Amino acid sequence: MSESDYSAEPLDLIKLNLDEQVYIKLRGAREMVGKLQAYDSHCNMVLSDATETIFEVKDNEANTRSVSKKSEMIFVRGDSVILVTNP
Amino acid sequence: MLFFSFFKTLVDQEVTVELKNDISITGTLKSVDQFLNLKLDNITCNNDTKYPHLIAVRNLFIRGSTVRYVHLKKESVDTNLLQDAARRGML
Repeated sequence: MSESDYSAEPLDLIKLNLDEQVYIKLRGAREMVGKLQAYDSHCNMVLSDATETIFEVKDNEANTRSVSKKSEMIFVRGDSVILVTNP
Repeated sequence: MLFFSFFKTLVDQEVTVELKNDISITGTLKSVDQFLNLKLDNITCNNDTKYPHLIAVRNLFIRGSTVRYVHLKKESVDTNLLQDAARRGML
């Protein structure tokens, strides 16, 4: 039985990740990994011990640099969220 | 409604709000509404040299839609309560 069999709606898949590490891809070449504490139907989320990685894209260079920032507790507004999965 | 209630529990705590234009503001959360608009008091802008516009401002309203992140203190959040509320689907 795959995960999708007991997930009636898409948001139920996020519910399964409560209290687990999640990977969130965000707008503006950012991603966030942290422990999911809460979410709602807008994909607003609260993560604990989160690490944000910002990718700085240089248009004429193939290599992109990344900057990481840590936060002990962070609220992420849902309109920036692109996808949510396991890290 | 979950995050509206959540932010109401954080009133009078110090928070850092990062906006979608990269401005980062630390201040005391004074109020919140259903759109997650925020009112902050006693603010300081964390990147004054890059964004000097807000140096003189002490008190402001932030439209909820311009917020990217709100950084919180770990001790001001009850994670068990939050997880239970999310599981029950307080949407």
